[in-house]
Amino acid sequence: MSERLTRDDVVYVAHLARLDLDAAEIDLFTEQLASILDHAADVAALDIADVPPTAHPLPLVNVLRDDEVTPSLDRDEVLAQAPAVQDHRFRVPRILGEAQ
Amino acid sequence: MTALDIAASVRSGERSAVEVVEEHLARIAASESDIHAFNLVMGEQARAAAAAVDARVSAGEEAGPLAGVPVALKDNLCTRGVPTTCSSKILEGWVPPYDATVVTRLIKAGAVPVGKTNLDEFAMGSSTENSAFGPTKNPRDPRRVPGGSSGGSAAAVAAGFAPLAVGSDTGGSIRQPAAFCGVVGVKPTYGAVSRYGLIAFASSLDQIGPFAHTVADAALLLEVMGGHDPADSTSIAEPAASLSASLTEGVNGLRIGIVTELSGRGIAPDVAARLGEAVAVLTAAGAEVDEVSVPAAIHGLPAYYLIAPAECSSNLARYDGVRYGLRVDGPDVEAMNGATREAGFGAEVKRRIMLGTYALSAGYYDAYYGKAQKVRTLIIRDFGAAYAEFDLLLSPTAPTTAFELGAKTADPYSMYLSDVCTIPSNLAGHPAMSVPFGTGDDGLPVGVQVLAPALGEPTMFRAAAVLEGAMNERGAA
Repeated sequence: MSERLTRDDVVYVAHLARLDLDAAEIDLFTEQLASILDHAADVAALDIADVPPTAHPLPLVNVLRDDEVTPSLDRDEVLAQAPAVQDHRFRVPRILGEAQ
Repeated sequence: MTALDIAASVRSGERSAVEVVEEHLARIAASESDIHAFNLVMGEQARAAAAAVDARVSAGEEAGPLAGVPVALKDNLCTRGVPTTCSSKILEGWVPPYDATVVTRLIKAGAVPVGKTNLDEFAMGSSTENSAFGPTKNPRDPRRVPGGSSGGSAAAVAAGFAPLAVGSDTGGSIRQPAAFCGVVGVKPTYGAVSRYGLIAFASSLDQIGPFAHTVADAALLLEVMGGHDPADSTSIAEPAASLSASLTEGVNGLRIGIVTELSGRGIAPDVAARLGEAVAVLTAAGAEVDEVSVPAAIHGLPAYYLIAPAECSSNLARYDGVRYGLRVDGPDVEAMNGATREAGFGAEVKRRIMLGTYALSAGYYDAYYGKAQKVRTLIIRDFGAAYAEFDLLLSPTAPTTAFELGAKTADPYSMYLSDVCTIPSNLAGHPAMSVPFGTGDDGLPVGVQVLAPALGEPTMFRAAAVLEGAMNERGAA
Protein backbone atom coordinates (compact mmCIF):
# COMPACT_ATOMS: atom_id res chain seq x y z
CA MET A 1 0.00 0.00 0.00
CA SER A 2 3.00 2.23 0.34
CA GLU A 3 3.17 2.90 -3.40
CA ARG A 4 0.23 4.95 -4.67
CA LEU A 5 -2.00 3.79 -7.53
CA THR A 6 -0.38 4.78 -10.85
CA ARG A 7 -1.72 5.64 -14.28
CA ASP A 8 -0.36 2.28 -15.53
CA ASP A 9 -2.35 0.49 -12.81
CA VAL A 10 -5.50 2.22 -14.03
CA VAL A 11 -4.83 1.25 -17.64
CA TYR A 12 -4.25 -2.37 -16.57
CA VAL A 13 -7.39 -2.52 -14.38
CA ALA A 14 -9.49 -0.92 -17.14
CA HIS A 15 -8.40 -3.73 -19.42
CA LEU A 16 -9.32 -6.36 -16.80
CA ALA A 17 -12.73 -4.67 -16.39
CA ARG A 18 -13.27 -4.39 -20.18
CA LEU A 19 -13.71 -0.62 -20.07
CA ASP A 20 -12.25 1.33 -23.02
CA LEU A 21 -11.57 4.42 -20.92
CA ASP A 22 -10.40 7.52 -22.80
CA ALA A 23 -7.26 9.42 -21.78
CA ALA A 24 -9.16 12.01 -19.76
CA GLU A 25 -10.99 9.31 -17.79
CA ILE A 26 -7.72 7.50 -17.09
CA ASP A 27 -6.22 10.71 -15.69
CA LEU A 28 -9.31 11.47 -13.60
CA PHE A 29 -9.63 7.94 -12.22
CA THR A 30 -5.91 7.77 -11.39
CA GLU A 31 -6.41 10.74 -9.10
CA GLN A 32 -9.83 9.79 -7.72
CA LEU A 33 -9.15 6.10 -7.13
CA ALA A 34 -5.85 6.89 -5.39
CA SER A 35 -7.70 9.31 -3.14
CA ILE A 36 -10.43 6.77 -2.30
CA LEU A 37 -7.76 4.12 -1.62
CA ASP A 38 -6.04 6.53 0.79
CA HIS A 39 -9.18 6.27 2.93
CA ALA A 40 -9.06 2.48 2.61
CA ALA A 41 -5.48 2.52 3.92
CA ASP A 42 -6.79 2.64 7.51
CA VAL A 43 -8.57 -0.64 6.91
CA ALA A 44 -5.59 -2.15 5.12
CA ALA A 45 -3.35 -1.18 8.04
CA LEU A 46 -5.47 -2.88 10.72
CA ASP A 47 -3.72 -5.74 12.50
CA ILE A 48 -6.51 -8.30 12.35
CA ALA A 49 -4.76 -11.39 11.01
CA ASP A 50 -6.62 -13.67 13.46
CA VAL A 51 -10.11 -12.37 12.59
CA PRO A 52 -12.04 -14.63 10.21
CA PRO A 53 -13.49 -12.91 7.13
CA THR A 54 -17.25 -12.47 6.59
CA ALA A 55 -18.31 -12.78 2.96
CA HIS A 56 -22.02 -12.78 3.64
CA PRO A 57 -24.39 -11.86 6.49
CA LEU A 58 -26.21 -15.20 6.39
CA PRO A 59 -24.76 -18.68 6.92
CA LEU A 60 -25.23 -19.77 3.31
CA VAL A 61 -26.02 -23.36 2.51
CA ASN A 62 -26.78 -24.98 -0.79
CA VAL A 63 -30.48 -24.97 -1.59
CA LEU A 64 -31.61 -28.31 -2.99
CA ARG A 65 -34.91 -29.28 -4.55
CA ASP A 66 -36.34 -32.16 -6.53
CA ASP A 67 -35.30 -32.15 -10.16
CA GLU A 68 -38.70 -31.35 -11.55
CA VAL A 69 -39.28 -29.63 -14.87
CA THR A 70 -40.86 -26.19 -14.42
CA PRO A 71 -41.60 -23.50 -17.00
CA SER A 72 -38.62 -21.40 -18.12
CA LEU A 73 -38.48 -17.96 -19.67
CA ASP A 74 -39.88 -17.91 -23.19
CA ARG A 75 -36.98 -18.30 -25.64
CA ASP A 76 -38.30 -15.87 -28.23
CA GLU A 77 -39.15 -13.25 -25.59
CA VAL A 78 -35.59 -13.46 -24.26
CA LEU A 79 -33.95 -13.39 -27.67
CA ALA A 80 -36.09 -10.41 -28.68
CA GLN A 81 -34.05 -8.37 -26.16
CA ALA A 82 -30.66 -9.33 -27.61
CA PRO A 83 -28.63 -6.87 -29.72
CA ALA A 84 -28.06 -9.55 -32.41
CA VAL A 85 -29.56 -12.98 -32.95
CA GLN A 86 -29.03 -15.73 -35.49
CA ASP A 87 -30.74 -19.12 -35.68
CA HIS A 88 -32.28 -18.72 -32.18
CA ARG A 89 -28.88 -17.93 -30.69
CA PHE A 90 -27.06 -14.82 -29.45
CA ARG A 91 -24.84 -13.57 -32.27
CA VAL A 92 -21.45 -12.07 -31.30
CA PRO A 93 -18.48 -10.71 -33.25
CA ARG A 94 -15.40 -12.85 -33.93
CA ILE A 95 -14.02 -14.43 -30.75
CA LEU A 96 -10.68 -15.78 -32.02
CA GLY A 97 -8.02 -13.74 -33.88
CA GLU A 98 -7.10 -14.33 -37.55
CA ALA A 99 -4.06 -16.44 -36.62
CA GLN A 100 -6.11 -18.83 -34.51
CA MET B 1 -54.72 9.65 2.65
CA THR B 2 -52.70 6.70 3.94
CA ALA B 3 -52.34 3.43 2.08
CA LEU B 4 -54.30 1.72 4.86
CA ASP B 5 -57.20 4.18 4.41
CA ILE B 6 -57.16 3.84 0.62
CA ALA B 7 -57.17 0.04 0.76
CA ALA B 8 -60.01 0.02 3.31
CA SER B 9 -62.14 2.41 1.26
CA VAL B 10 -61.51 0.49 -1.97
CA ARG B 11 -62.29 -2.87 -0.35
CA SER B 12 -65.53 -1.51 1.12
CA GLY B 13 -66.55 -0.06 -2.24
CA GLU B 14 -66.60 3.47 -0.84
CA ARG B 15 -64.05 4.55 -3.46
CA SER B 16 -63.00 2.88 -6.70
CA ALA B 17 -59.39 1.99 -7.42
CA VAL B 18 -59.76 3.75 -10.78
CA GLU B 19 -60.77 6.97 -9.02
CA VAL B 20 -57.77 6.68 -6.67
CA VAL B 21 -55.29 6.06 -9.48
CA GLU B 22 -56.70 8.93 -11.59
CA GLU B 23 -56.23 11.28 -8.64
CA HIS B 24 -52.58 10.26 -8.31
CA LEU B 25 -51.91 10.34 -12.07
CA ALA B 26 -53.33 13.88 -12.12
CA ARG B 27 -50.93 14.90 -9.33
CA ILE B 28 -48.06 13.34 -11.29
CA ALA B 29 -49.12 15.18 -14.46
CA ALA B 30 -49.23 18.47 -12.53
CA SER B 31 -45.75 18.44 -10.97
CA GLU B 32 -43.62 15.56 -12.25
CA SER B 33 -41.85 17.92 -14.67
CA ASP B 34 -40.52 19.87 -11.64
CA ILE B 35 -39.46 16.78 -9.67
CA HIS B 36 -38.50 14.05 -12.16
CA ALA B 37 -39.27 11.23 -9.74
CA PHE B 38 -40.00 8.79 -12.57
CA ASN B 39 -38.14 7.26 -15.48
CA LEU B 40 -41.50 6.00 -16.70
CA VAL B 41 -45.07 6.75 -15.65
CA MET B 42 -47.17 3.64 -16.28
CA GLY B 43 -50.48 5.46 -16.87
CA GLU B 44 -52.13 2.89 -19.10
CA GLN B 45 -50.98 -0.13 -17.07
CA ALA B 46 -51.99 1.58 -13.83
CA ARG B 47 -55.51 2.27 -15.10
CA ALA B 48 -55.85 -1.36 -16.22
CA ALA B 49 -54.53 -2.69 -12.89
CA ALA B 50 -56.94 -0.43 -10.98
CA ALA B 51 -59.86 -1.61 -13.12
CA ALA B 52 -58.89 -5.20 -12.34
CA VAL B 53 -58.96 -4.42 -8.60
CA ASP B 54 -62.39 -2.83 -8.96
CA ALA B 55 -63.60 -5.93 -10.80
CA ARG B 56 -62.42 -8.09 -7.90
CA VAL B 57 -64.26 -5.86 -5.43
CA SER B 58 -67.52 -5.86 -7.39
CA ALA B 59 -67.33 -9.64 -7.85
CA GLY B 60 -67.16 -9.95 -4.06
CA GLU B 61 -63.64 -11.38 -4.17
CA GLU B 62 -60.89 -10.54 -1.65
CA ALA B 63 -59.14 -7.54 -3.22
CA GLY B 64 -56.05 -7.70 -1.01
CA PRO B 65 -54.39 -5.70 1.77
CA LEU B 66 -53.19 -3.06 -0.71
CA ALA B 67 -56.40 -2.94 -2.78
CA GLY B 68 -56.18 0.02 -5.14
CA VAL B 69 -53.10 1.57 -3.49
CA PRO B 70 -50.80 3.29 -6.01
CA VAL B 71 -47.18 2.23 -5.58
CA ALA B 72 -44.00 3.54 -7.23
CA LEU B 73 -41.28 1.02 -8.10
CA LYS B 74 -37.57 1.76 -8.19
CA ASP B 75 -36.40 1.24 -11.75
CA ASN B 76 -34.02 -1.57 -10.79
CA LEU B 77 -36.97 -3.91 -10.12
CA CYS B 78 -37.86 -6.07 -13.10
CA THR B 79 -41.36 -5.53 -14.47
CA ARG B 80 -42.50 -7.88 -17.21
CA GLY B 81 -43.30 -5.98 -20.41
CA VAL B 82 -42.33 -2.62 -18.86
CA PRO B 83 -38.88 -1.12 -19.56
CA THR B 84 -36.42 -1.40 -16.65
CA THR B 85 -33.34 0.76 -16.99
CA CYS B 86 -31.47 1.08 -13.66
CA SER B 87 -31.13 4.69 -14.91
CA SER B 88 -28.35 3.43 -17.19
CA LYS B 89 -27.84 3.86 -20.91
CA ILE B 90 -26.57 0.27 -21.00
CA LEU B 91 -30.11 -1.01 -20.23
CA GLU B 92 -32.10 1.71 -22.00
CA GLY B 93 -35.01 0.12 -23.84
CA TRP B 94 -34.60 -3.29 -22.20
CA VAL B 95 -37.92 -4.97 -21.43
CA PRO B 96 -37.65 -7.71 -18.76
CA PRO B 97 -39.27 -11.05 -19.57
CA TYR B 98 -40.28 -11.55 -15.93
CA ASP B 99 -41.49 -9.74 -12.81
CA ALA B 100 -39.45 -9.38 -9.62
CA THR B 101 -41.00 -11.40 -6.78
CA VAL B 102 -41.91 -8.20 -4.90
CA VAL B 103 -43.77 -6.93 -7.98
CA THR B 104 -45.73 -10.19 -8.23
CA ARG B 105 -46.60 -9.98 -4.52
CA LEU B 106 -47.65 -6.32 -4.75
CA ILE B 107 -50.00 -6.99 -7.65
CA LYS B 108 -51.45 -10.04 -5.90
CA ALA B 109 -52.09 -7.79 -2.86
CA GLY B 110 -54.09 -5.40 -5.04
CA ALA B 111 -51.46 -2.64 -5.35
CA VAL B 112 -51.42 -0.51 -8.51
CA PRO B 113 -47.91 0.20 -9.87
CA VAL B 114 -47.91 3.77 -11.25
CA GLY B 115 -44.34 4.08 -12.47
CA LYS B 116 -40.65 3.23 -12.39
CA THR B 117 -38.67 5.67 -10.28
CA ASN B 118 -35.35 7.33 -10.97
CA LEU B 119 -32.18 6.23 -9.18
CA ASP B 120 -28.44 6.69 -9.21
CA GLU B 121 -27.25 4.47 -12.05
CA PHE B 122 -27.36 0.84 -10.84
CA ALA B 123 -28.14 2.22 -7.34
CA MET B 124 -24.61 3.64 -6.98
CA GLY B 125 -24.83 7.04 -5.37
CA SER B 126 -26.35 9.13 -2.61
CA SER B 127 -28.10 11.93 -4.51
CA THR B 128 -29.78 10.47 -7.64
CA GLU B 129 -27.51 12.78 -9.63
CA ASN B 130 -25.78 9.75 -11.17
CA SER B 131 -28.86 8.90 -13.25
CA ALA B 132 -28.24 8.78 -17.01
CA PHE B 133 -31.64 10.46 -17.39
CA GLY B 134 -30.99 13.49 -15.17
CA PRO B 135 -31.37 14.13 -11.44
CA THR B 136 -34.50 13.95 -9.31
CA LYS B 137 -35.29 17.09 -7.27
CA ASN B 138 -36.25 17.06 -3.61
CA PRO B 139 -39.98 17.90 -3.37
CA ARG B 140 -39.30 19.83 -0.11
CA ASP B 141 -36.88 22.14 -1.97
CA PRO B 142 -36.21 21.56 -5.69
CA ARG B 143 -32.71 23.07 -5.42
CA ARG B 144 -31.75 20.17 -3.16
CA VAL B 145 -31.08 16.52 -3.92
CA PRO B 146 -33.63 13.93 -2.74
CA GLY B 147 -30.79 11.68 -1.57
CA GLY B 148 -30.06 8.38 -3.18
CA SER B 149 -29.86 5.99 -4.62
CA SER B 150 -33.65 5.49 -4.28
CA GLY B 151 -34.21 9.26 -4.67
CA GLY B 152 -37.06 8.85 -7.14
CA SER B 153 -38.99 6.53 -4.82
CA ALA B 154 -38.53 8.85 -1.82
CA ALA B 155 -39.51 11.89 -3.90
CA ALA B 156 -42.58 10.11 -5.34
CA VAL B 157 -43.93 9.53 -1.83
CA ALA B 158 -42.96 13.00 -0.55
CA ALA B 159 -44.62 14.65 -3.58
CA GLY B 160 -47.85 12.67 -3.13
CA PHE B 161 -47.42 10.81 -6.43
CA ALA B 162 -48.01 7.52 -4.57
CA PRO B 163 -48.57 6.76 -0.88
CA LEU B 164 -46.12 3.86 -1.12
CA ALA B 165 -42.87 3.22 -2.96
CA VAL B 166 -40.36 0.41 -3.15
CA GLY B 167 -36.61 0.96 -3.05
CA SER B 168 -33.42 -0.98 -2.51
CA ASP B 169 -30.77 -0.31 0.12
CA THR B 170 -27.14 -1.43 -0.26
CA GLY B 171 -25.46 1.15 1.99
CA GLY B 172 -28.33 3.47 2.91
CA SER B 173 -30.15 3.90 -0.40
CA ILE B 174 -33.62 3.72 1.20
CA ARG B 175 -32.94 5.34 4.59
CA GLN B 176 -30.87 8.36 3.49
CA PRO B 177 -33.35 9.54 0.79
CA ALA B 178 -36.22 8.88 3.22
CA ALA B 179 -34.49 11.21 5.70
CA PHE B 180 -33.81 13.86 3.04
CA CYS B 181 -37.41 13.83 1.74
CA GLY B 182 -39.14 13.54 5.13
CA VAL B 183 -40.72 10.11 4.71
CA VAL B 184 -40.38 6.72 6.41
CA GLY B 185 -37.87 4.31 4.84
CA VAL B 186 -36.93 0.79 5.93
CA LYS B 187 -34.03 -1.53 5.17
CA PRO B 188 -35.19 -4.94 6.37
CA THR B 189 -33.01 -7.77 7.67
CA TYR B 190 -30.90 -9.23 4.87
CA GLY B 191 -32.92 -12.09 3.36
CA ALA B 192 -36.28 -10.90 4.72
CA VAL B 193 -37.44 -9.74 1.27
CA SER B 194 -36.72 -11.71 -1.90
CA ARG B 195 -34.15 -10.15 -4.22
CA TYR B 196 -35.38 -12.17 -7.22
CA GLY B 197 -35.77 -9.66 -10.03
CA LEU B 198 -33.86 -6.90 -8.23
CA ILE B 199 -31.02 -6.05 -10.58
CA ALA B 200 -27.91 -6.80 -8.53
CA PHE B 201 -25.41 -4.19 -7.35
CA ALA B 202 -23.68 -5.82 -4.33
CA SER B 203 -25.44 -9.10 -3.63
CA SER B 204 -24.34 -9.60 0.00
CA LEU B 205 -25.63 -6.10 0.91
CA ASP B 206 -28.63 -5.37 -1.35
CA GLN B 207 -32.04 -5.50 0.27
CA ILE B 208 -35.47 -4.31 -0.93
CA GLY B 209 -37.63 -2.23 1.40
CA PRO B 210 -40.58 0.16 1.70
CA PHE B 211 -41.11 3.93 1.63
CA ALA B 212 -44.29 5.44 3.10
CA HIS B 213 -45.64 8.54 4.84
CA THR B 214 -46.47 6.60 7.98
CA VAL B 215 -44.84 3.84 10.00
CA ALA B 216 -48.04 1.75 9.78
CA ASP B 217 -48.07 1.98 5.97
CA ALA B 218 -44.40 0.98 5.80
CA ALA B 219 -45.19 -2.01 8.05
CA LEU B 220 -48.05 -3.05 5.78
CA LEU B 221 -45.94 -2.82 2.63
CA LEU B 222 -43.12 -4.80 4.22
CA GLU B 223 -45.55 -7.50 5.36
CA VAL B 224 -46.83 -7.82 1.78
CA MET B 225 -43.34 -7.97 0.22
CA GLY B 226 -41.55 -10.13 2.77
CA GLY B 227 -41.37 -13.84 3.44
CA HIS B 228 -39.58 -16.79 1.93
CA ASP B 229 -39.18 -17.05 -1.84
CA PRO B 230 -37.75 -20.24 -3.36
CA ALA B 231 -36.48 -18.15 -6.30
CA ASP B 232 -33.91 -16.40 -4.05
CA SER B 233 -31.40 -18.77 -2.45
CA THR B 234 -30.55 -16.12 0.18
CA SER B 235 -34.18 -15.64 1.20
CA ILE B 236 -34.77 -16.48 4.87
CA ALA B 237 -36.89 -19.63 5.16
CA GLU B 238 -39.62 -17.98 7.22
CA PRO B 239 -42.84 -16.14 6.48
CA ALA B 240 -42.88 -12.34 6.74
CA ALA B 241 -42.81 -11.05 10.31
CA SER B 242 -46.04 -9.60 11.64
CA LEU B 243 -45.41 -5.91 12.29
CA SER B 244 -48.79 -4.17 12.24
CA ALA B 245 -50.24 -6.12 15.16
CA SER B 246 -47.60 -4.97 17.67
CA LEU B 247 -47.09 -1.47 16.28
CA THR B 248 -48.71 0.35 19.19
CA GLU B 249 -47.07 -1.62 21.99
CA GLY B 250 -44.71 1.24 22.80
CA VAL B 251 -41.17 1.17 24.16
CA ASN B 252 -41.81 0.94 27.90
CA GLY B 253 -38.97 -1.06 29.43
CA LEU B 254 -36.94 -1.31 26.21
CA ARG B 255 -33.22 -0.59 26.40
CA ILE B 256 -32.11 1.72 23.59
CA GLY B 257 -28.46 2.61 22.89
CA ILE B 258 -27.25 5.75 21.11
CA VAL B 259 -24.30 4.68 18.95
CA THR B 260 -21.42 6.95 19.95
CA GLU B 261 -19.45 6.42 16.73
CA LEU B 262 -22.42 7.36 14.52
CA SER B 263 -23.81 10.25 16.54
CA GLY B 264 -20.96 12.60 17.40
CA ARG B 265 -18.11 13.59 15.11
CA GLY B 266 -19.20 14.74 11.64
CA ILE B 267 -22.89 15.11 12.55
CA ALA B 268 -24.36 18.57 11.91
CA PRO B 269 -25.45 20.32 15.16
CA ASP B 270 -29.09 20.68 14.08
CA VAL B 271 -29.28 16.96 13.21
CA ALA B 272 -27.66 16.07 16.54
CA ALA B 273 -30.22 18.28 18.31
CA ARG B 274 -33.12 16.37 16.72
CA LEU B 275 -31.52 13.09 17.84
CA GLY B 276 -31.39 14.48 21.36
CA GLU B 277 -35.10 15.28 21.18
CA ALA B 278 -35.83 11.77 19.93
CA VAL B 279 -33.98 10.40 22.96
CA ALA B 280 -36.16 12.57 25.22
CA VAL B 281 -39.32 11.24 23.55
CA LEU B 282 -38.26 7.61 23.93
CA THR B 283 -37.21 8.18 27.54
CA ALA B 284 -40.54 9.82 28.33
CA ALA B 285 -42.24 6.78 26.79
CA GLY B 286 -40.50 4.51 29.28
CA ALA B 287 -37.38 3.37 27.43
CA GLU B 288 -33.99 3.26 29.14
CA VAL B 289 -31.67 5.18 26.85
CA ASP B 290 -27.89 5.26 27.19
CA GLU B 291 -24.80 5.69 25.02
CA VAL B 292 -23.14 2.59 23.61
CA SER B 293 -19.94 2.15 21.65
CA VAL B 294 -19.76 0.10 18.44
CA PRO B 295 -16.04 0.68 17.88
CA ALA B 296 -15.68 -1.03 14.48
CA ALA B 297 -18.45 1.15 13.02
CA ILE B 298 -15.80 3.78 12.24
CA HIS B 299 -14.29 1.36 9.72
CA GLY B 300 -17.66 0.71 8.08
CA LEU B 301 -17.37 3.34 5.36
CA PRO B 302 -13.91 2.40 4.02
CA ALA B 303 -14.72 -1.33 4.29
CA TYR B 304 -17.97 -0.77 2.40
CA TYR B 305 -16.16 1.09 -0.37
CA LEU B 306 -14.01 -1.99 -0.93
CA ILE B 307 -16.69 -4.69 -0.54
CA ALA B 308 -19.52 -3.04 -2.52
CA PRO B 309 -17.31 -2.12 -5.52
CA ALA B 310 -15.76 -5.60 -5.49
CA GLU B 311 -19.19 -7.23 -5.67
CA CYS B 312 -20.38 -4.67 -8.24
CA SER B 313 -17.40 -5.29 -10.51
CA SER B 314 -18.40 -8.95 -10.59
CA ASN B 315 -22.17 -8.40 -10.91
CA LEU B 316 -21.85 -5.81 -13.67
CA ALA B 317 -19.61 -8.06 -15.77
CA ARG B 318 -22.87 -9.32 -17.30
CA TYR B 319 -23.35 -6.08 -19.24
CA ASP B 320 -21.18 -7.18 -22.12
CA GLY B 321 -23.35 -6.37 -25.13
CA VAL B 322 -24.23 -10.01 -25.80
CA ARG B 323 -27.64 -10.92 -24.37
CA TYR B 324 -29.46 -7.65 -23.71
CA GLY B 325 -29.10 -3.90 -23.64
CA LEU B 326 -26.66 -1.74 -25.52
CA ARG B 327 -24.07 -3.07 -27.97
CA VAL B 328 -21.35 -0.98 -29.59
CA ASP B 329 -19.86 -3.15 -32.31
CA GLY B 330 -16.16 -3.90 -32.66
CA PRO B 331 -13.94 -6.10 -34.80
CA ASP B 332 -13.85 -8.85 -32.18
CA VAL B 333 -15.79 -9.71 -29.06
CA GLU B 334 -13.31 -8.18 -26.61
CA ALA B 335 -13.33 -4.86 -28.47
CA MET B 336 -17.15 -5.01 -28.57
CA ASN B 337 -17.29 -5.62 -24.78
CA GLY B 338 -14.95 -2.73 -24.01
CA ALA B 339 -16.64 -0.26 -26.35
CA THR B 340 -20.12 -1.23 -25.14
CA ARG B 341 -19.24 -0.80 -21.47
CA GLU B 342 -17.38 2.46 -22.10
CA ALA B 343 -20.40 3.91 -23.90
CA GLY B 344 -23.08 2.44 -21.65
CA PHE B 345 -21.86 3.11 -18.10
CA GLY B 346 -21.69 6.51 -16.40
CA ALA B 347 -18.74 7.88 -14.41
CA GLU B 348 -19.67 6.60 -10.93
CA VAL B 349 -20.41 3.07 -12.16
CA LYS B 350 -17.07 2.99 -14.00
CA ARG B 351 -15.31 4.33 -10.90
CA ARG B 352 -16.74 1.55 -8.75
CA ILE B 353 -16.08 -1.18 -11.30
CA MET B 354 -12.47 0.03 -11.46
CA LEU B 355 -12.13 0.21 -7.68
CA GLY B 356 -13.65 -3.24 -7.23
CA THR B 357 -11.58 -4.83 -9.98
CA TYR B 358 -8.46 -3.34 -8.41
CA ALA B 359 -9.42 -4.49 -4.89
CA LEU B 360 -9.91 -8.04 -6.20
CA SER B 361 -6.84 -8.15 -8.44
CA ALA B 362 -3.79 -10.30 -7.80
CA GLY B 363 -1.48 -8.78 -5.20
CA TYR B 364 -4.15 -6.55 -3.65
CA TYR B 365 -6.92 -9.01 -2.75
CA ASP B 366 -5.66 -9.78 0.78
CA ALA B 367 -4.73 -6.20 1.58
CA TYR B 368 -8.04 -4.69 0.48
CA TYR B 369 -10.96 -7.07 -0.06
CA GLY B 370 -9.72 -9.62 2.47
CA LYS B 371 -9.16 -6.97 5.15
CA ALA B 372 -12.57 -5.42 4.48
CA GLN B 373 -14.22 -8.81 5.00
CA LYS B 374 -12.48 -9.10 8.36
CA VAL B 375 -13.71 -5.63 9.31
CA ARG B 376 -17.17 -6.90 8.49
CA THR B 377 -16.68 -9.60 11.12
CA LEU B 378 -15.57 -6.96 13.66
CA ILE B 379 -18.68 -4.87 12.95
CA ILE B 380 -20.93 -7.90 13.45
CA ARG B 381 -19.12 -8.72 16.72
CA ASP B 382 -19.35 -5.15 18.03
CA PHE B 383 -23.04 -4.90 17.15
CA GLY B 384 -23.52 -8.26 18.88
CA ALA B 385 -21.93 -6.88 22.06
CA ALA B 386 -24.14 -3.77 21.89
CA TYR B 387 -27.29 -5.85 21.39
CA ALA B 388 -26.38 -7.94 24.43
CA GLU B 389 -27.08 -4.80 26.45
CA PHE B 390 -29.66 -3.03 24.30
CA ASP B 391 -32.82 -4.02 22.40
CA LEU B 392 -32.43 -1.27 19.80
CA LEU B 393 -29.82 1.27 18.75
CA LEU B 394 -30.29 4.85 17.63
CA SER B 395 -28.37 7.33 15.45
CA PRO B 396 -29.05 10.05 12.91
CA THR B 397 -29.89 8.61 9.47
CA ALA B 398 -27.56 11.04 7.67
CA PRO B 399 -25.01 13.55 8.98
CA THR B 400 -26.80 16.52 7.39
CA THR B 401 -30.09 17.51 5.80
CA ALA B 402 -30.44 17.38 1.98
CA PHE B 403 -27.57 19.15 0.24
CA GLU B 404 -27.77 21.28 -2.89
CA LEU B 405 -27.67 19.73 -6.36
CA GLY B 406 -24.07 19.64 -7.57
CA ALA B 407 -22.58 20.24 -4.11
CA LYS B 408 -20.74 16.92 -3.88
CA THR B 409 -20.44 15.64 -7.45
CA ALA B 410 -16.81 16.74 -7.91
CA ASP B 411 -15.50 14.86 -4.85
CA PRO B 412 -16.71 11.23 -4.74
CA TYR B 413 -15.56 10.63 -1.15
CA SER B 414 -17.50 13.62 0.20
CA MET B 415 -20.59 12.05 -1.37
CA TYR B 416 -19.77 8.67 0.18
CA LEU B 417 -19.66 10.28 3.66
CA SER B 418 -23.39 10.88 3.36
CA ASP B 419 -23.90 7.14 4.08
CA VAL B 420 -21.61 6.87 7.10
CA CYS B 421 -24.49 6.18 9.55
CA THR B 422 -26.38 3.72 7.36
CA ILE B 423 -23.60 1.47 6.00
CA PRO B 424 -22.84 -0.55 9.17
CA SER B 425 -26.33 -2.16 9.16
CA ASN B 426 -25.83 -3.39 5.59
CA LEU B 427 -22.45 -4.89 6.44
CA ALA B 428 -24.02 -6.70 9.41
CA GLY B 429 -27.20 -7.71 7.53
CA HIS B 430 -29.33 -6.04 10.20
CA PRO B 431 -32.55 -4.05 9.78
CA ALA B 432 -32.67 -0.28 10.26
CA MET B 433 -35.19 2.41 9.42
CA SER B 434 -35.40 6.16 9.10
CA VAL B 435 -38.25 8.07 10.74
CA PRO B 436 -38.86 11.76 9.95
CA PHE B 437 -38.16 13.74 13.10
CA GLY B 438 -38.47 17.49 12.70
CA THR B 439 -36.37 19.76 10.55
CA GLY B 440 -32.90 21.27 10.50
CA ASP B 441 -32.00 24.96 10.70
CA ASP B 442 -32.66 25.15 6.94
CA GLY B 443 -36.23 23.89 7.39
CA LEU B 444 -35.44 20.60 5.65
CA PRO B 445 -36.40 17.19 7.08
CA VAL B 446 -34.18 15.32 9.53
CA GLY B 447 -34.37 11.54 9.90
CA VAL B 448 -33.67 9.53 13.02
CA GLN B 449 -32.41 5.99 12.43
CA VAL B 450 -33.63 3.09 14.55
CA LEU B 451 -31.38 0.03 14.28
CA ALA B 452 -32.19 -3.52 15.38
CA PRO B 453 -30.50 -6.93 15.39
CA ALA B 454 -31.36 -9.44 12.64
CA LEU B 455 -35.13 -10.09 12.50
CA GLY B 456 -35.70 -7.38 15.11
CA GLU B 457 -38.22 -5.55 12.88
CA PRO B 458 -41.23 -5.87 15.21
CA THR B 459 -39.43 -4.05 18.04
CA MET B 460 -37.83 -1.56 15.63
CA PHE B 461 -41.25 -0.58 14.26
CA ARG B 462 -42.62 -0.05 17.78
CA ALA B 463 -39.91 2.54 18.52
CA ALA B 464 -40.51 4.17 15.13
CA ALA B 465 -44.21 4.44 15.92
CA VAL B 466 -43.44 6.18 19.22
CA LEU B 467 -41.23 8.74 17.47
CA GLU B 468 -43.88 9.29 14.80
CA GLY B 469 -46.58 9.71 17.46
CA ALA B 470 -44.54 12.43 19.18
CA MET B 471 -44.11 14.27 15.88
CA ASN B 472 -47.84 14.08 15.16
CA GLU B 473 -48.60 15.49 18.62
CA ARG B 474 -46.11 18.28 18.07
CA GLY B 475 -47.77 19.05 14.72
CA ALA B 476 -51.23 19.06 16.29
CA ALA B 477 -50.16 21.25 19.22
